[in-house]
Amino acid sequence: MQRFPDYYGFWHRLGHYALRYTAYGVLGFLVLPILVIVPLSFNVEPFFSFTRGMLMLDPEAYSLRWYRAIVDNKNWILAIKNSFFIGIFATILATVLGTLAAVGLASPRMPFKRLIMALLLSPMIVPLIIIAAGMFFFYTKFNLAGTYLGLIIAHAALGVPFVIITVTATLSGFDRSLYHAGLSMGASPLRTFRDVVVPLIRPGVISGAMFAFVTSFDEVVLVLFLAGPGQRTIPRQMFSGLREQINPTILAVATLLILVSILFLVSLELLRRRSQRLRGIEE
Amino acid sequence: MGQDQAITGSDPRLTAGEAALARRELRRHKLIALLLVVPLLLFLLFAFVAPIATMLYRGFNNPAVAQLIPGTLQRLVPWDGTGIPDRAVLTRMALDLRRLAKIRRSGKLAEELNRHLPGASSVVKSTARKLRRKSETELEQKGADLLLAANSLWSKPAIWQAVKKAGQVYTDTYYLTAMDLERTFAGDIQTRQSGQIYVKLYTKTLRMALIITLMCLLLGYPLAYFLANAPPKTANMLMIFVLLPFWTSLLVRTTAWIALLQTNGVINSFLTAASIVTDPLEMLYTEFSTVVAMTHILLPFMILPLYSVMKGIDPSYMRAAMSMGARPLSAFVSVYLPNTMPGLSAGALLVFIISVGYYITPALVGGTKGQMISNIIAFHMQQSNNWGLAAALGTLLLVLILTLYWLYDRFVGAANIKLG
Repeated sequence: MQRFPDYYGFWHRLGHYALRYTAYGVLGFLVLPILVIVPLSFNVEPFFSFTRGMLMLDPEAYSLRWYRAIVDNKNWILAIKNSFFIGIFATILATVLGTLAAVGLASPRMPFKRLIMALLLSPMIVPLIIIAAGMFFFYTKFNLAGTYLGLIIAHAALGVPFVIITVTATLSGFDRSLYHAGLSMGASPLRTFRDVVVPLIRPGVISGAMFAFVTSFDEVVLVLFLAGPGQRTIPRQMFSGLREQINPTILAVATLLILVSILFLVSLELLRRRSQRLRGIEE
Repeated sequence: MGQDQAITGSDPRLTAGEAALARRELRRHKLIALLLVVPLLLFLLFAFVAPIATMLYRGFNNPAVAQLIPGTLQRLVPWDGTGIPDRAVLTRMALDLRRLAKIRRSGKLAEELNRHLPGASSVVKSTARKLRRKSETELEQKGADLLLAANSLWSKPAIWQAVKKAGQVYTDTYYLTAMDLERTFAGDIQTRQSGQIYVKLYTKTLRMALIITLMCLLLGYPLAYFLANAPPKTANMLMIFVLLPFWTSLLVRTTAWIALLQTNGVINSFLTAASIVTDPLEMLYTEFSTVVAMTHILLPFMILPLYSVMKGIDPSYMRAAMSMGARPLSAFVSVYLPNTMPGLSAGALLVFIISVGYYITPALVGGTKGQMISNIIAFHMQQSNNWGLAAALGTLLLVLILTLYWLYDRFVGAANIKLG
């Protein structure tokens, strides 16, 4: 039982509990639907629902057959390879271009800063269906539709805003006198950049790259419009699976993807702490 | 900022030479900054801006019919829209139809004309089939009569008006259609006779986006408040529950809702097992399922900005208000709520912007009733192949989104978007 100050009235105490249980309820609403997938993916039956056996915790009711189904299906294997291939190259492209631009934008002498910033961030705001339709018209002209290069370019464009945001955030806490100190001690601007600036913004660059990768890894609308049958990715494969033949292989894939996102979440948190330590911000 | 002032060169303490040097230095800095940004700008220009510009253009540009029957259209120019056009036009049309039938392109013409005159498709196809068997010389002599004999529609002005309209390379037809308007042959704009679809759809999309935004606000505000006022250790741990869905694949979250809401899904089997309902509820493939799944997906976008604003509000404000006699509710409304407005407007606008243009979740859980504007654009891109209309609908959506983005940038600042 929580102790309240004496001046708290009945309604105040009631409100306190109401708030607490509402908050727990919302947290449950956020997480439970995702967690439900995990046990369902071990279902021995081809259903999207709990069987009686599963509720009785009968080991016979659980199996790894849907995980084996992923490995045995060459479409899924191709999709996994494609997702990583496209994701990695799109991330490299977005991170290199995005980091350079963010450093340029951080300069107080940058002209048209606000306009350029709004333009660079717009891929995040424009609905994917519009980007997809436009890219379909435009990329077809350059024979980029149905190619890996086309998808890499498309996904890199989507990832750019995230790199800009995260790198700009680290640069905003960046003490410019460190840069001047490097220069005054005789280092060339390039060397100062490499030895002083890069280590300090590295956490921002890495988390931007992670955002860019996840964006590509999770993207399906552009893939629907631009990819040929050879470039199907994991989300594309899930999309057609959900539309055509729903079977628990999708749940097994989903469970693996949840693991991947937990991994990302943990590494981002570690990065954030490191970045704050480097910039001397105490929590 | 003293340094900046020195560099502008207006500082009277500098000699002329020093001022020139300072100006040169400033230009160099500007150039370096610009050079760093230029590669990305060029890349986005090609990869992102040009495609969208192409789409805007496609909404005006309709070369298909003009490429299919150039001869007919050229001869149709002097026709004033009443009666049957000249025999020369009819003959040319007969020849064009024969040629298209031979190269199997008459179906495309039929499809395009049908958009202007419903029912024209079958007439064009059957006429093309009949004329295909005739020789070219025969058509050159008797083409006009054979065309008129093939179907009575060819002797009506309506079909020729449709041909003339469809033959315009630059047209506002698609944009008008996207707004449920049409142009009469005389050139007046009127509401579309064959049905009001798209305005209704835009209204429905906006309504659903509004409901989703309100739901997110309703669920997100108390949670953000709770987290912001909880002890830091608890808050950090509970924050994982907000960030995990944020980082989980969209497809995974949509899959989860399909598993939950299906007729034989988790919720229905629970409800029937607990004898709360006898027959499973139809929850999937409705507007309800779209709203619930999208609220779940977009909720973190509401919670994160609210949380970061609420973290910065000093709890002593509320205590001060209450110590001066305000009741908790009125203290909240007049002190706390106004202070959270930056986070509230940021979250609400972001959620609203994202949900207006959403495609995947409505496509998978919305069925026919839960479709939004994006789904119709995809339909015209992929199934009906009416790319001009898809482009026009997309442009209207883009204008709507950019207006909202402009508001967002004005009130919140695009650069202040927080990630996790």
